[in-house]
Amino acid sequence: MSAVYKKELKSWFVSPMGYVIVAFFFAIVGLYFTIYNLQNQYPWFGVGLENTAFVLMIIVPLITMRMMADERRQKTDQLLYTAPVKITDIVLGKYFAVVTVFAIPMLVFLFYPLILLGFGKPAASLAMDYVAIAGYFLLGAASLAVGFYVSAVTENQVLAAVLSFGLLLLSYFSTSLAAIIPSDPVSSLIGVAIVICLLAVLIYIMTKNLLLAAGVGLGLEAVLAVIFLLRRSLLQGLINRIIAVLGMPDRLNNLVYGELDLTVVVYYLSVIFLFLFLSVQAIYKRRWS
Amino acid sequence: MIKIEHLTKKYGDHVAVDDLNIELAPGKIYGFLGPNGAGKSTTMNIMTGYLAATEGTVTVNGFDIFEEPEKAKSCIGYLPELPPLYMDMTPREYLSFVADLKKVDRRKKKLMVEEIMQETGITEVANRLIRNLSKGYRQRVGIAQALIGFPPVLILDEPTVGLDPNQIMEVRELIRRLGSQHTIILSSHILSEISAVCDYVWIINKGRLVAADTPENLSVNMNQNVYYTISVKGEEAAIGGLLQGVEAVRSFTTLEKEKDTVRLRIEADQAHTGLEEELFYLFADHRMPILSSTKEEHSLEEVFMAFTAETKEGEDEA
Repeated sequence: MSAVYKKELKSWFVSPMGYVIVAFFFAIVGLYFTIYNLQNQYPWFGVGLENTAFVLMIIVPLITMRMMADERRQKTDQLLYTAPVKITDIVLGKYFAVVTVFAIPMLVFLFYPLILLGFGKPAASLAMDYVAIAGYFLLGAASLAVGFYVSAVTENQVLAAVLSFGLLLLSYFSTSLAAIIPSDPVSSLIGVAIVICLLAVLIYIMTKNLLLAAGVGLGLEAVLAVIFLLRRSLLQGLINRIIAVLGMPDRLNNLVYGELDLTVVVYYLSVIFLFLFLSVQAIYKRRWS
Repeated sequence: MIKIEHLTKKYGDHVAVDDLNIELAPGKIYGFLGPNGAGKSTTMNIMTGYLAATEGTVTVNGFDIFEEPEKAKSCIGYLPELPPLYMDMTPREYLSFVADLKKVDRRKKKLMVEEIMQETGITEVANRLIRNLSKGYRQRVGIAQALIGFPPVLILDEPTVGLDPNQIMEVRELIRRLGSQHTIILSSHILSEISAVCDYVWIINKGRLVAADTPENLSVNMNQNVYYTISVKGEEAAIGGLLQGVEAVRSFTTLEKEKDTVRLRIEADQAHTGLEEELFYLFADHRMPILSSTKEEHSLEEVFMAFTAETKEGEDEA
């Protein structure tokens, strides 16, 4: 893993890409810091930081789009996959390298709240800002995992960028989306049925196993139908909850306002784990096609 | 060393490799010969663990490439059809990365990289970006990459493609030199290359093994007849009359007539030795001098065409 990690990290900074990413975060967060904290004398750094969460949606696809797609285009994946290294190590090495690049501006942001101390910010509120920065870092890391996965499954960079942007956009708006969808049991029935169909299609795309996909799909639909017939009230608002689960940026809220909510931390770590796991599976699967 | 059993690879309905069975002995140079799209690269990609097989097994040094991939892969150095190079690295950085990837001992790494660069002749470009190297140098960096860790088996997919004639000679020389310490498999659709370098040849067509032997045996076993082309000064009819009297000559055709010289192609029994001498005295006795005489050698080219054509006919019948 360390070989791939070192090589990747170096390659980010051999090209201008690494510097551009770091500079981009300095510029955007610096702008919000200036307006919120310095000009309007707002004491909490985390709030301004949270407001920049939308830029992750734009920059993460640009960072991750080339990560696996480029290896395939240059055929260097043949070197990686025929070397005596586990696929998991390759994926982790690449992922940790990009997370390291993202961590650089985050480390620098650790000093920003200290600047505010000079303007009379109470020292006791520092912890709140640091929890917010850690949360923002986790959100970024989770978004990078999503982008990385998309890069691992798509053939070209532009497609990878567009798809990851679409996924992150959905994640960004999912809480608002959940709020406008009707929450009565019938709407939930229809909504969840569609989600199950999508899941079945996804399983088929991942495994190319029609029997498995159809089995899981039909099984879940049957369970859904039984619940609808027997305990209709259980479906109240179900689809809204399912959609809300996708909302990664909104979870940051809890952390920003000072609460060290471990469920949020676990949520982000689970997203990271899930998408890295899926990336490894996608690469294994590619060998069979 | 390497054992391939019942290897089959299907892409949907298309069968790229069809029930391939091959065994390699250590210390030889093997040639994989076949027209484009015969399944050479696919087979190599499966042997190195890049692709999974639909059916069958590949064992390297006793390790199954699908069951114990890390152990099996550490026995193999692989140069794919397109050398897998990172354009934004220098050869030295790149080889050092490959050494890390292959888990070469940290203390031996530096020396090994330098030694291999020396061997493949890329020391003088070691600090230039790979992006700026010529095709020939890139190919050599690719071979150097395969050599890192000194694996017992080298698999080289079309190692000389795209090189100029001088570079081709150099790379062949390099492969021959490496053959003394490694088991090498190289693929090519260039026949002269295989016959120049390899100890043993597999001819593969449409994913199937159609012939396997040494280059010499393949040429010999092709045909029971030998062919001579001779030019004789004299009358066509008289020459014909004389040839008909020679027992070993099975048939002959006139290729060309030029003033008083006739050029003929003679088909003769391979078992009969000394035919050229016999003809010389025969024509000399009748004062018809032989101006030139050449024996046709079966090139691997013909063998190859014969084998690949055979399978085509077989398929048509089926």
